[in-house]
Amino acid sequence: MSIDTLAQEHPGPHDVSHIRKVAMWVFLGSEVLFFGSLITTFLLYRTRIGDGPGAAEIFDIPFTSVSSFILLMSSLTMVMAHHSASRKDWRQMRVWLVATAMLGIVFLSGQVFEFTEFVEEGLTVSTSPFGSSFFVLTGVHGAHVAVGVLLLLATALMSFTGRLRDGEGMNVEIIGLYWHFVDVVWIVIFTVVYLMQV
Amino acid sequence: MLMATMTPTLEAPPAARRGVWGWLTTTDHKKIGILYGSSASVFFVVGGIEALLIRVQLATPNGEFLSADAYNQMFTMHATTMVFLVIMPAAAAFTNYFLPLLIGARDVAFPRLNALSYWVFLFGGLFLTVSFFLGGAPDGGWFGYAPLSTQVPEVVRMDYWALGLIIIGLASLLASVNFITTIFTMRAPGMTLMRMPVFAWMSLVVNFLLLFSLPIITVGLIQVFLDRNIGTLFFDAANGGDPILWQHLFWLFGHPEVYVLILPAMGIVSEVLPTFARKPLFGRSFVIFSGIAIGFMGFGVWAHHMFTSGLGPVAESAFALTTMFIAVPTGVKIFNWLGTIWGGSLRLNTSMLFSLGFIAMFVIGGLSGVTHAAAPADWQQHDTYYVVAHFHYVLVGGAIFGLISGLYYWWPKITGKLLDERLGKWHFWLMMIGFNLTFAPMHILGLNGMPRRTYRYPEGLGFEFWNAIATIGSFLIGVSMLVLFWNFYRTRRRGEIAGPDPWDGRTLEWSISSPPPEHNFDQIPVVEREDDFWHRKYRTAEDGTAIAIEPPPNMEFERDEDIHLPSPSFYPVLAAAGMFLVVMGLVYVPWGLIAVGAGAVTTLWGLFGWSMEPITREEH
Amino acid sequence: MSDTAHAHPTPRDYWLIALILAVITGAEVSVTYIDALDSVVAPLLITMSAAKFAIVVGYFMHLKYEQRIYRNLFLMGIIAAPILFGTVLLTFGVLIGD
Repeated sequence: MSIDTLAQEHPGPHDVSHIRKVAMWVFLGSEVLFFGSLITTFLLYRTRIGDGPGAAEIFDIPFTSVSSFILLMSSLTMVMAHHSASRKDWRQMRVWLVATAMLGIVFLSGQVFEFTEFVEEGLTVSTSPFGSSFFVLTGVHGAHVAVGVLLLLATALMSFTGRLRDGEGMNVEIIGLYWHFVDVVWIVIFTVVYLMQV
Repeated sequence: MLMATMTPTLEAPPAARRGVWGWLTTTDHKKIGILYGSSASVFFVVGGIEALLIRVQLATPNGEFLSADAYNQMFTMHATTMVFLVIMPAAAAFTNYFLPLLIGARDVAFPRLNALSYWVFLFGGLFLTVSFFLGGAPDGGWFGYAPLSTQVPEVVRMDYWALGLIIIGLASLLASVNFITTIFTMRAPGMTLMRMPVFAWMSLVVNFLLLFSLPIITVGLIQVFLDRNIGTLFFDAANGGDPILWQHLFWLFGHPEVYVLILPAMGIVSEVLPTFARKPLFGRSFVIFSGIAIGFMGFGVWAHHMFTSGLGPVAESAFALTTMFIAVPTGVKIFNWLGTIWGGSLRLNTSMLFSLGFIAMFVIGGLSGVTHAAAPADWQQHDTYYVVAHFHYVLVGGAIFGLISGLYYWWPKITGKLLDERLGKWHFWLMMIGFNLTFAPMHILGLNGMPRRTYRYPEGLGFEFWNAIATIGSFLIGVSMLVLFWNFYRTRRRGEIAGPDPWDGRTLEWSISSPPPEHNFDQIPVVEREDDFWHRKYRTAEDGTAIAIEPPPNMEFERDEDIHLPSPSFYPVLAAAGMFLVVMGLVYVPWGLIAVGAGAVTTLWGLFGWSMEPITREEH
Repeated sequence: MSDTAHAHPTPRDYWLIALILAVITGAEVSVTYIDALDSVVAPLLITMSAAKFAIVVGYFMHLKYEQRIYRNLFLMGIIAAPILFGTVLLTFGVLIGD
């Protein structure tokens, strides 16, 4: 990778949308290492189940597949929101933003339900290193989804005031990048943590 | 420069920018740089006192001055303070103040985010330091090896450590996103990446290192905190956890961190030497690419800190090789610096002396570092004072010398007055002698088998003499610092006025007044080559000497009409204060949850107010 | 700078992409239930997951259509993470069968 391809050699007039997108992609690069550390911990501990239940006994693949599918589809609604925003169709944009947030909330509810089930079946954070690493990895991901839901709802609400109208398309695009990234992380978690362990 | 929709606001509302309130709400990268630098100085005094207490304890065999408990707190906090609260923010101070000036910008990409970084760092530092008064400071080493960091959960000291480092890390992460974005998007016209000053390049590498290493240790710190507080088993060997995982997570961060500490100093030296040798940096692109190579390779050597943890011969050989290889780009830089001063017309002022001292001391530290690269030799040296000697040569003789060189170099630009040279030379020689008296004997102590982190040693092992010398040396360093602080004070009272370009400098910051105007450049410069400012002043004669261009270039420009400065904002400091409440409360769960709640609300209030604030420059 | 951005996909493209993602997810879940595929299930799953990853990043996050700087910044993390963490897991003997 040559230096020239890393950035244009002659930066033009400062374009705020460009500046923000660079910042967001830089941040997401960092998040890759963040989730990488958590997934590594899980992979190291996936078979260290002590006296507690293991992955094959406890995972409910059909249930998790459905909730994974829901999160995946939220990326579709998110990109539709961005599309509406770029056409300055604020009403449609709000509809898609709220739809995305709702799908996120459904996913989070599924996670809460799943966690409760697991605890009832005898897997907690202190049962085994497997339990610790599973709950912390998926929990931290859930926290990212929750932050995303807050951002989506806040943007939808603020768009009513009209104060951020000029920057709206930009905000939706940046939040979209974050949201898609959180979805992409779940794509990896669903495969590596769930499907490959049963 | 910025196509904004608002009317020009060069003159900010005067009430908003004065006094304490002005500092609390500032979004000016120069003021934030000064804040970083002042905070780093205060923490330097704290960390220095901790070091002197350690040396008093070790001055004689069977020292009675500190208890074992107090000693553990001292060496843990000395290292944590010096690494996270002194060298990193001191480098951040120079980056904040000078990066925009060096690349010809009016501010960083996100001025309010920049303020947030500073305030979160400051609150994190205070959080770590107040632990001394709330039941004792962290005492498990700056590396926090499990189980030292995870045992005895009812004593909250290591909770302070884990949470403190998490939020200081958050501050650095936000800053790194900000600086990387600034470098990629805010350069002046014609300021291509390869024309950027070397200090800006080294900042870029440092911020990428932080960007990719901080998330790793953050995960480790979260795991430590959870192990201590909700009973997870990440590092609990009795229940299947693996403390070695912590070592990997820590050193995956910890080794790049070593380069985070040294690269800014290398960048400073690469600015200072050409200025005072009146020659361009020798092999400029080699210096830059060596810096990039160090950045990449810095991620490939972490396990050499773990040679005694039983990695097995394959892994140990591989990491021994990568460790030896990383000496190559470092060596390249040394020769480039020597090539720069070779045949130059040297001006041996204090800044230059510290840069030359940097080269000499860093070579010693680098060479003793290579001796650890061979795993079998490392097994002998591990956890002895030999290692302490090595890393103090690179971190004090290297990083601190480089930063002090930058301080003498850029002080006139920041304050408009030159630091006193006579006092400066006293400072340099006292520090040089004191430093070598303190740390050179530690090589011998280490090879004689004196272990690190023990609070006393018995008589008759041959450790007495060199320990006494080291303690004397450490107080000489202390005296040299008093000279520096006296120099600050004296210069403030009656320092010589510097003028815009006291050193006949090469880079853009010397083309504007000292201190710079709030908007930095009246007109954004158009850059045509490396060391553009120098070439506006001098042309090269046939024999290679520089000839001043007559008449001297006019540096007075008409002021751009559409200059937009970031408005001051109260919300960054508010959000940071909220985070302080959150971590404070987390130490004292369950009743601390009230503080957690209050802090979370405060932070959200800050962030919400932030996003609703009237459109400012970063928003257009 | 928007002239570097090519024609973005239309809503119809987005729905089509979502359909492809759904199909791959279905295939992923199915292969874990087919005993005959046990020996190749891991590489199959990793390939399909990587495909989904690339589709979302490339089309939904527009990386395919945007300036190369975004892609390069993100790629640094994407390349660094498997190398670093793969090495860590190798030193524990995790990836070479335990």
